Amino acid sequence: MSVPSRKILEVPVADGENERYSLRMGPQHPATHGVLRVDLDLDGETIMRCTPQVGYLHRGFEKLAENRTYAQALILTDRLDYIGAMANNVGYCVAVERLLGISVPMRAKYIRTIAAEMSRLSSHLLWLATHALDVGAMTVFLYCFREREILLDLFEELCGARLTYSYPRIGGVRQDVTSRFVDELGRFIDIFPSRIEEYETLIDTNRIWLKRTVGVGKLSGAEALALGITGACLRGSGVDYDLRKHQPYDAYDQVDFEVPLGSDGDVYARYRCRMEEMHQSIRIIRQCLDQLPPGPIIGPDAPDLIMANRAPARMAAGSNRYGGGLIQLIRDQDLFPSGDIYVATEVPKGELGFYFISEGSNRPYRMHIRSPSFMHISALAVVARGGLIADLIANIGSLDVVLGESDR
Amino acid sequence: MESMAIADGLQARFPEEILQCFSFQGQVGVGIRPDRVVEILGWLRDDQAMRMDHLRSLCGVDNARRKNGGLGRFEVVYNLYSIALRHEIRIRAQLTEEDPSIDSVVSLWSGADWMERETYDLMGIRFNGHPNLRRVLLPDDWEGHPLRKEYPLRGRGEWVGITDLQAKLEELDAHGFKADDPGPEAGDAGDAATGKRKGDC
Amino acid sequence: MTVLTMLLHIVVLVVVVLLHVAYATYFERKIIGRMQVRMGPMRVGWHGLLQPIADGVKSFFKEDIIPERADQTLFRIAPVICLVAMMSSLAVLPFAEGWVLADIDIGLLFIFGMSALAAYGVVLAGWSSNSKYSFFGGMRSMAQVISYEIAMGLSLVGVMLMAGSLNLSEIVRAQGDSLFGMYLLPQCVGFFVFFIAMLAETNRVPFDLPEAETELVSGYSTEYSGMRYAMFFMAEYIGMLMMASIGTICFLGGWHGPFAVPFFPPFWFVLKVYLFMFAFIWIRATLPRYRYDQLMGLGWKLLIPLALANIVVTAGVKALIG
Repeated sequence: MSVPSRKILEVPVADGENERYSLRMGPQHPATHGVLRVDLDLDGETIMRCTPQVGYLHRGFEKLAENRTYAQALILTDRLDYIGAMANNVGYCVAVERLLGISVPMRAKYIRTIAAEMSRLSSHLLWLATHALDVGAMTVFLYCFREREILLDLFEELCGARLTYSYPRIGGVRQDVTSRFVDELGRFIDIFPSRIEEYETLIDTNRIWLKRTVGVGKLSGAEALALGITGACLRGSGVDYDLRKHQPYDAYDQVDFEVPLGSDGDVYARYRCRMEEMHQSIRIIRQCLDQLPPGPIIGPDAPDLIMANRAPARMAAGSNRYGGGLIQLIRDQDLFPSGDIYVATEVPKGELGFYFISEGSNRPYRMHIRSPSFMHISALAVVARGGLIADLIANIGSLDVVLGESDR
Repeated sequence: MESMAIADGLQARFPEEILQCFSFQGQVGVGIRPDRVVEILGWLRDDQAMRMDHLRSLCGVDNARRKNGGLGRFEVVYNLYSIALRHEIRIRAQLTEEDPSIDSVVSLWSGADWMERETYDLMGIRFNGHPNLRRVLLPDDWEGHPLRKEYPLRGRGEWVGITDLQAKLEELDAHGFKADDPGPEAGDAGDAATGKRKGDC
Repeated sequence: MTVLTMLLHIVVLVVVVLLHVAYATYFERKIIGRMQVRMGPMRVGWHGLLQPIADGVKSFFKEDIIPERADQTLFRIAPVICLVAMMSSLAVLPFAEGWVLADIDIGLLFIFGMSALAAYGVVLAGWSSNSKYSFFGGMRSMAQVISYEIAMGLSLVGVMLMAGSLNLSEIVRAQGDSLFGMYLLPQCVGFFVFFIAMLAETNRVPFDLPEAETELVSGYSTEYSGMRYAMFFMAEYIGMLMMASIGTICFLGGWHGPFAVPFFPPFWFVLKVYLFMFAFIWIRATLPRYRYDQLMGLGWKLLIPLALANIVVTAGVKALIG
């Protein structure tokens, strides 16, 4: 085996005024939450320039959606933010319903709200777990996974899937909740507040945790807004922007909850915001369970869904390019209204917006996804500049990014 | 403020820039000429009655197969929202096929940086004055802009960078990293495999 | 004959210590497992009792990967330096009255020397791997060891003053006369500084920056695998045992206990060492990690001044009483 000319490590040599050391973090790195790559220019351990690089997970969802029916494109949204997939599903359905003018019965709205809030809980739990692990607190990680497991079991009871649900349907939900689900969920929200306290005893007032998070990655409200940051990160900077309040969808206008706000805009403020949000989610779920109205779970004008392989006769009428097994949205061409619409929902990561253009067919002419993670990663360059490597890790964790959503 | 009233305000303020108003399901879009987009959006952001401080989304649209006439070949869609006043408006800047370019709004919202890069990357619309207009999701040497309507769904063959990767692989083979392959044939086998993959696509 | 007995002693010591290291990992995994509501190793043997043996066999038979562009010689030597330095410092530890391989008068100094030498292994590993993460790990480790070596050395000066010796056996004997048979109470400030510096010296949470897995992947040992990685691992655990032993000897009265245990004189020593080990593990399961500059701040701005003040007070009190 011939060995090419050996090169020993390049050591930064003082080069006039600047001595820089470049480090490529990722795409395989334990703390970049997926396949994020961050190119760093370092002076010692201080970050002089931080350039995030995304795209390793780009699957062309926007292009794919243009070639699928509205019902088929639903499964793409599972793969956006795969940690809080239910919230994406709900957001997508809300947007399509508004675009096509489809009404949703009250019971389905409540069930969706419950599901979306459960998804927020499971996403925030995973965020807390990995964020704490990134900062070095290992036990919180496993505690969070203990509770997340219960949530995933509940999702399984609700719709049979644990990660990629595709549970909401355009015009309602796929199946009704079972009494066992309601009971178990009620039990979970009873114990969960004490579990949140458990996490907080471990880290909330821990001196090292405070040292690592207070004053790190500061963003003022105006800065955060200009950077397009949304969700808990924006609220941590003191901007009161929560789409559940601003443009209520599903049953959010029927329930009573508060929007927790921070003021400092640092990693700790974002952490506190999300912890409070978990309490509020429980509040929402409890109200929804109490008020859950009887009635149908799918609206009268919802488009038919039939399994393609079970209905060959109706298949011929619809257009099926992909063959058997896929759920089709069967409607005649040009029954839908033409126009464009932007509908955003509050998913765990922030504002997830769908911009649809309909040309009347059963496929969207254009679907643009406004993904919060994409904006958050772009803000990383600003947030991390001047900090240390350890701060960058804390920042990535606290901005709560998911690469599936960012790269689409 | 009602969305229609905002559109009227825009019409009054920039009469020669506004092309058309679209209203659909309670949302209002305003078609504009691209030349003074920064000025229009800046006014919407800073005017006390508007205060559109949140750029919700920015994306490009290829109008090649749209039935509605009177639109440009491309358009850049800005969705604006006012957090304080809770109203929204959509601005649709129409671009021609010959010159799909528009002024960058990074000076208004620093977050528009990546949104514009994405639009450039996937739709091929250039943003004048953008500080760093590179591809963001696709590799730098990707050919074409996938979200344009003429771009086939299954792509146009292999990414050019794949040849570099193969060259690197062959270089590694030369150092004996693939012990079970006979030396000289290793390269050929690799080519054959690639050829097959290309045929599949 | 004496050489043979000596060799026999060495072999016995090394084997016993290596077994301890192996089962310290088991101990750690089980305890952390309990703290984190999971089981820990359960598969190999009864309740996973053979897990450490399986791990050892696995790492021994794993392929030894050396990065092509690494500095081959240094890369091979670095883990050996670490392990040898840590192991040789075992020689001066008194496990019980007379149970010591080399009863030398500068025992404490020797241990400091050896633990500083082990830092070379880490730094060289970081340097020779030709990987940026390793390099950062090495640099961090160097800065950390230098800063905390000072704090640790100074924290033990109080003990030296009270005992009037650097010989570890002498230190233990001197403690027999004091309150509770240990220096913990009169030297509580020293113990505080020592305890924190001990965590930092052994690269344990919350000072595990040289191998912070979420920042530097695995720090200086990123490029190591198989047996060479296992050597670093063993060195780290021997280091923990070493530091726990020094803490036991200098502050907790070594082999002294409330009553003498027949047939096994080091009983109290081992018990106290394992108390320390438990503390290591407990802290690991509880605390997040410090940041680099905060670590330095803590070392230089808090621990070193405290240790210096402790020396002045101890010396003053000794001068007044003695």
